[in-house]
This record gives sequence, structure tokens and C-alpha cells, in this order.
Amino acid sequence: MTDISVGLDPRAPLLHVDDLHVEFRTRDGVAKAVNGASFYLQPGETLAILGESGCGKSVTAQAVMGILDSPPGHVTGGQVLYRGVDLLKLAEKDRRQFRANRIAMIFQDALSALNPVYTVGFQLAELFRKHRGMSRSAAKLKAIELLDQVRIPAAKDRINDYPHQFSGGMRQRVMIAMALALDPEVLIADEPTTALDVTVQAQIMGLLAELQRQRNMGLLLITHDMGVVADVADRISVMYAGKIVEEAPVHDIYARPAHPYTKALLESIPRLDHKGRELNVIRGLPPSLTDIPKGCAFHPRCGYAREICRMDQEPPAYQIAAHRIARCHFIREVLGV
Amino acid sequence: MFRYIVRRLLQMVLTFFGATFIVYALMFAVQDDPIQALVGEKPITDSQRAALTERYHLGDNFFAQYWYYIKGLLTGDFGTSMTNRKVADMLADAWPVTLRLSVMAIVIAATIAILAGVVSAIRRGSIFDNATLVVTLIVLAMPIVVIAPIAQLVFGIKLGWFPVTAGRDASLWQLLLPAAVLASLVVATELRVTRASVAENLRADYVRTARAKGLTGARVIGVHVLRNSLIPVITLIGVDLGALMSGAIVTEKVFNIPGVGFNLFRGIRTEDGPLVVGFVSVLVIVFLVVNLIVDLLYAALDPRIRYE
Amino acid sequence: MSETALLESPGKPRGLAGDAWHDLRRSKIFWLAAVLIVVILLMAAWPSLFTSADPRDCVLSRQHDGPTGGAIFGYDFQGCDVYAKTVYGARYSIIVGVFATLIAGVIGLAFGLAAGFFGGWLDAVLSRFIDVMLGIPLLLGAIVLAKRLSADPASNGVFAVTVTLGLLGWTTAARVMRSSVIAAKNQDYVAAARMLGAGNGRLLFRHILPNSLASYIVVLTILLGINIASEATLSFLGIGLKGDAISWGIAISEATGYIRVAAGPLIWPSVFLAVTVLAFIMLGDAVRDAFDPKLR
Ligand SMILES: Nc1ncnc2c1ncn2[C@@H]1O[C@H](COP(=O)(O)OP(=O)(O)OP(=O)(O)O)[C@@H](O)[C@H]1O
Ligand code: SF4
Ligand SMILES: [Mg+2]
Repeated sequence: MTDISVGLDPRAPLLHVDDLHVEFRTRDGVAKAVNGASFYLQPGETLAILGESGCGKSVTAQAVMGILDSPPGHVTGGQVLYRGVDLLKLAEKDRRQFRANRIAMIFQDALSALNPVYTVGFQLAELFRKHRGMSRSAAKLKAIELLDQVRIPAAKDRINDYPHQFSGGMRQRVMIAMALALDPEVLIADEPTTALDVTVQAQIMGLLAELQRQRNMGLLLITHDMGVVADVADRISVMYAGKIVEEAPVHDIYARPAHPYTKALLESIPRLDHKGRELNVIRGLPPSLTDIPKGCAFHPRCGYAREICRMDQEPPAYQIAAHRIARCHFIREVLGV
Repeated sequence: MFRYIVRRLLQMVLTFFGATFIVYALMFAVQDDPIQALVGEKPITDSQRAALTERYHLGDNFFAQYWYYIKGLLTGDFGTSMTNRKVADMLADAWPVTLRLSVMAIVIAATIAILAGVVSAIRRGSIFDNATLVVTLIVLAMPIVVIAPIAQLVFGIKLGWFPVTAGRDASLWQLLLPAAVLASLVVATELRVTRASVAENLRADYVRTARAKGLTGARVIGVHVLRNSLIPVITLIGVDLGALMSGAIVTEKVFNIPGVGFNLFRGIRTEDGPLVVGFVSVLVIVFLVVNLIVDLLYAALDPRIRYE
Repeated sequence: MSETALLESPGKPRGLAGDAWHDLRRSKIFWLAAVLIVVILLMAAWPSLFTSADPRDCVLSRQHDGPTGGAIFGYDFQGCDVYAKTVYGARYSIIVGVFATLIAGVIGLAFGLAAGFFGGWLDAVLSRFIDVMLGIPLLLGAIVLAKRLSADPASNGVFAVTVTLGLLGWTTAARVMRSSVIAAKNQDYVAAARMLGAGNGRLLFRHILPNSLASYIVVLTILLGINIASEATLSFLGIGLKGDAISWGIAISEATGYIRVAAGPLIWPSVFLAVTVLAFIMLGDAVRDAFDPKLR
């Protein structure tokens, strides 16, 4: 096993995604799912990625993990820097060492994300056996310990159960245990609570936040749920048609959105403190990814749009404050200054 | 698991009575002269006629006849052929070579189907995949009456790679060509099901999880995908046994292997009704039992059924 | 699913059948199968288009003679023209195949529709019956039934084999029909039609059947190929066609005794039989792929 810490730069950001492009080449054409997404993440920090269904959130996460379905998916540009090392340039063999060890991921639907024909114990222990070279029995003890940590009752007995024998919330706990097994520095949670009941959602989010604090992990939280975001995120990146259109500390964004899309998202929920509400539909449909509008991709749906928005040149990322950017020609108007 | 087994056993009992009833009815029901149907066009003496009437209880009503027949099947009395040999004895003579032949065929078919099916599914659209698609199509279209004699002609006689015929105590080598012929009957479907099943599983969310866990590609496919994908293939092997049995009749005839199929062929040709009914009944029972076993295996492989 | 929905090209909706035809027209396999089937059908209907020789004009002195001007495949052990015999063999293959498939198709349709549409206890009973039928391997059942039906020594076996294969071969078709009826029944538009007060008959024939038909036709096309193969196998075993019927299965069976002497009488009927079966299976495959591209 090559030592994966060689070449890492401790002063570089924990995770820095720069101008990432991903496309899917299918029979029906090329779908540009991610079009220059950029963001960064520091230890102990929670960055929420927010956006309508199909805007490329999961694809971004998969590209960071290096687990795109390929074909048809291809990363066509950009960098994924982990402590300064571009993961996209690594050979698959080296890249693999980062998964689960450094960057781990939790999926939306734990029932389908867990292998139905193996016990959860096997699926947990597998990590220790394959990455740490532990014996079966030692790995099993570690697995029990992990299940304890995510507060699954009677972990010792449940280790031999199959995924379908767990409740939805318990299954998501198993997923979390699996993601945290090898002490990763970055945790990507792709809509970790969408498939769960509201009460269970809160428990799972609480558990995640607690584990993140204990371990000082960077958490990349992909979600629809504005309520969840307000509670746990430090910063928010709003994604539209595969691009980050606004990025800001969470309170700024709620107080004064700078991008018309963000504003529309916020207006589509009646009360900010109303939990568990998903983003409501905004006028019009999200663009077809095979045919993204020129200029600002949002212009067909934007109330502020003018001639310039339809031009070939897309709006650049305007720096608004220290940690705030937005991609819109009319930021001032939107901000009301 | 317990409930599944009980349900499956009940179903088996129903199918057993249903299937044997149909076989029996096909032979004897609404028949002007069942005895003539049994012996075909041959003339028959009065004493033979009397023996057959007694043997099949043709004097009783139909359901009583069926009852005697079932009782016979369950007690290992499968009847007596027109040549006065007990069907049970003939079977005892014939089954070892047939068993060897069919096990070889199943192993050959499953090995090829699983290996090629997995590779095709992983490299969908590749040259290998398209070539397999064409080959399976052609193999699928080859009836056993075409493939058995042609294989014998080409590989046995013309090329001389394999022995042309195999006898009672045929070695594995002698059985290889006939076994490959038999395997060709089922390999195409098994391969296609494997390919479809692996392709579907490759898209499953749990595969993404396995990759996110930093496992090697070999482990993701060999451990995570394969176990899930093989479940439907295993069930298919049970169903395929029916095709193998039919195929064995022709194959054993062509390659001169004195197994169960060969005896059945001779029974058909000599219009030996009792032999045919006896053999067919036993084969149907074997088919049902094997499928029961396969279904139980299926449950063992798939915990979602096991813990139902 | 929502992911693929986005990728679907906007614009003129073509409907399932239109889409399928669009795909089919570009499928090489489809055209190959179609051409082969047309040739085979012509051969079955008017064999004299293909040969002027009489397949029953056999002269023993020509036994196993090699190919000559007219008899391009040579002569068999009875001194019959192999080419003529092979051409004439198409007729019964097609007759048995088509009619057996029609019988199976009608039975399967009735069983599948009834079980799928009415559900409940009727479905339970019919499905169990299908299970029982599936407990008997096709050829084993056929051996018993064909033997029984063809007891009359004067018959040439065509009727017996057709009925046998028809009566035993409908189970897969019934299952496919049943599941596609159930699938169609659960579609929104069928529920809507039901709410608008469409009666059972209208629901069945206007809404459900048209949507279930595509997969049914695919199954029947493939079954046709299987039936042709089964006829040959039964004839090979001596319980299919007999007497003066000309059949590829019989020809193959006869030729196996002489393969060391002459290969032609074995090879040519085999090739014709395999190509015929292949043509129908390819047709079924192509149509299925056209209707269900995600299977590819
Ligand atoms: N395996 C794939 N094959 C083809 N296209 C894909 C694939 N995965 C994703 N896409 C394309 O990428 C687009 C973005 O998908 P993604 O899953 O990232 O959306 P998302 O933002 O996560 O939405 P959701 O909130 O619904 O999860 C999809 O609309 C789809 O067109
Ligand atoms: S650039 Fe124009 S279209 Fe795009 S968000 Fe800003 S105002 Fe709307
Ligand atoms: Mg997603």
C-alpha cells in the first residue's frame, strides 16, 4: 500500500473543488450535469449544497469521490484538490486509498445503498479487513464498536442482521457508521435524511452534527431541506444547472440573498423556521442539461433578466464580501443597494 | 424461512399431483381403447391385453386408476415395460451415465454462461459483448436435433477431436462432446440472464457504496455484484433441467449412450407405452424435486426471502 | 427515472408503436430476419418456385450420389433429391409452427387476460394451474400427448403434433400476458378511464389489450421458433410427423444413420431448420429491443 499522506499540503484547504465539469454521454446526447462548480471546505466546517432536483448535486459528490458511473459519466475538466493534491490526476489505485480513508460518503436511501445479501457486520468489517488488514474477528469487534457509537441498541446482536431487518433510521445509522469507520476528514452526506420520517430526520442530523464536532470533520451536506440547512450549515453553496451561482455564510444568505435564484428559493418557502419543507417549484422548469441556455442559464426563469443575461457571456463570479460570491449581472439590484 | 419452506412444499405437493395427473390423463383419459394407445400399432394377444388391463387397473374408474398409478410412483413401482423388464430396474441401470452427462452439461453451461455473461455485462457494447450476443442468438436457434448430429459429424468424424460415440461405461472424456452439446441447449439463456442481471446490479446503489468504500473493482464485482446477480441464474438452472432432459433423449440416441434418454427413445420407437409413461413420470418427479431444491437454495442465497 | 426524463428529447411525441417502428427500421437484425422469413414462407407456400424436382421421386440406384446439375445437395440413402426434399420440408414446419403458436396464443391470451384482469381467486387458481403445467417439461408432455393423439396409423401426424404443441406450449405466453395486463391495469390512464365509467369490456379492449400486445407478440414470435424446433425434435424421435409427410426432423433422423457415408442429407435440412428457427428468434429479439430499449 502506498502511503497516501505523501504530497499532502497541510496548509492547503481540506477540500477544494475548482471549476469541475462532468458530462454524461448517452444515446440521447451529451448531458452537461456539472458546469464549472467550485467550492472549498475546511476541517470542522459544514458546507451545504442546495439546489433543485437534477441540478447536479449528487453528480458533483460522485465526481469528488471518484465513483461516477463511467460510462456514461466523464469528468471533462477542473480539479478536486485534497490538501492540495489533485485527486483527478491520481491513478485509480492511489485514488482508491482516499475513499473511506479520507473522504467518505453517506447516501440518500440506505436500504438500496446497503448490499441486501450481506449482513451489516460483514459490510462494516469489510472496511477494516481490506483497508487495515485486520482479521475477521478483530474487524468484527470494531464493527460492533462502531454500531455502538452511532447508538444502535444491542449492537452485538444486530451485527449479524441483514439491512432489510433494520428500520429506516437504524439503516441510516449503519450507513453513517460505515462512512466513519476509517476516520475520514471529509464526510459527504447526500440528502442523508430525505428518505426518513421527520422525527427520525432530526435524530440523524443531530447524530451527524455531534460526530462531526467530535472528529472535527469537514461536512459537505447536500440537501433540499432549507430547515436543516439553517440549523447545521456554516456556509451555503447554491447550485443551478451544474454551477454554483451563489456562495455565502448561512446567515447572510437568509438575510440578503444576492442571486435571483437564491431569492426565489427562499421566497418559495413560507417561513424560514419551518422545518422539513422542501424547495418549492419556481416558475418554469429547470433547463434540459443537453441544451443549457446561453448566457446566464437561469435567464428564462429570472424576473430580473435583461438583454445582457441572454448574451453568450455568462455572468462572472462577483465577490460581494470576504466569503460571498454570486454569479449575476444585477447583484446590486437583487441585494437592493 | 420456515414459512417459505412450508409454502414451497405445499406448492410442490400440489404440482406433484397436478403434473402426474396431467401426464396420466394425457395417456389414458377419454380413450376408446387405452390398451391400443399403450402399445401403438402392434397387434396384441389376449393375454397381453388382460395383463395390461390388470396392470393399469383399466377395469376401474379413472380416478381409481390414477390412484393406483400414484401409489406405484410413491412406492418405487414404475411399471413393467412391454419387454417384461421392470421400469425401476431399467432406470437403475440407466441413470448413472445420464447423471454424469447432465452434471457435466450443467457445469459446462454454468461456467461459460457466468464467465462470459459477467464480462459482457461489464463491457456492454464492446466487441466481446456484441460477439457473445450473436453467438448466443445462433446457439439459441440450434435445435438439439441439429446440434447433436452436426457436432458428432464435425468434431467426432471429420475433425476427429472427440470420440464419436460413448458407451455405458463412458469416460468423462468420451462424455465431453455430448455434454457440450447438451450444455449448448441452456447456455445461451443462462448467459443472457447473467448478463442482464449483472448489468442491472451494476447500476444498483449498493455498488456505488461499495466503490465509495474504496474496495477494488475485482472485489466490488466478485463479492458484491456477483452474489446478487447469481440468484436469478440459479433459479434458471432448475428450469433448464427440463430442457436438458428433453435434450438428453436426442443426445443419448445420437451418441449411443445407454442412459435414461436412450431408453426412452427406444421406448418411443418400439411403441412401448408402459415404458414411456413410467420413464416420463419419473423424469417429471425428478424435475419437480430438483426445482424444489433450487428454490430452497435460492432462499439460502437471498436473505430477504430467508427472513420473510 | 426523473434523471432520464430530463434527457428525453423534446418535440414531436411519436407514441410507443411509432418509436418502436422507428427503431426497428434501423435494425439490421430485423431486416435480416424479415427477409429470411419471407423466403421461408414462399418456400412453404410454393415449393415449386424453388425446385422443379419431385421430392418423392426416389430411385435407390442414386443412393448417396453426390450433387448433380438439378440436385445441388445430392441424394439421400433412398435416392431422393436432398434439395427438393429440404425445400418441401418447409411446408409442414411452418404449418405446425404457425398453428401450434396460434392455439397456444389463444389459450395464453384467455388465461393471461382472465388471471390478470380479474385477479383474486380466479388468478390464484389459474396461476396454480400454470405452475402445474410448468412442472411438466414440454417435450416430455409432448411425447405422451403426441403418441396418444397420433395413435391412428393412417394419419401423417400433422394434426397431432400441432395440437400437442399448442396445448402444452401456452404457459409462458399466459404469464407474460398476465403480468402485462396487471402492469397496464395499474397505469394512471386506465384508472382514469375506469373512473370515467368505462366498462370492463371497453377497458380491456380499448386500453389494456393494446398496451399488452407488443410484449405478447414478441413472446409468440419466439414461441413460433420453439415450436418449429419442437416439431423437428418430435419427428426425429418418431412421434411427430410420419408416413409420407416430408419433415426436416425426419430427414435428419434418417440421415444420422449414414453420416459416415454422406453428410449432405444431414447438413442441409439441419441448416434450413436452424435458419428458420433463427429467423423467428431474431425477429422476436429485434421487436422486443425496439419496444423496450432499456433491456439493451
Ligand atoms: N448515471 C447517469 N447517467 C446519465 N445521466 C446521469 C446519470 N447520473 C446523473 N445524470 C444526469 O445528471 C443530472 C444531475 O443529476 P444529480 O443526481 O446530480 O441531480 P441532483 O442535483 O442530485 O438531484 P436530486 O436532488 O434529485 O438528487 C441528472 O439530471 C441527469 O441528467
Ligand atoms: S444574470 Fe440575469 S438572468 Fe441570470 S440571474 Fe442575474 S439577472 Fe437573472
Ligand atoms: Mg441527488
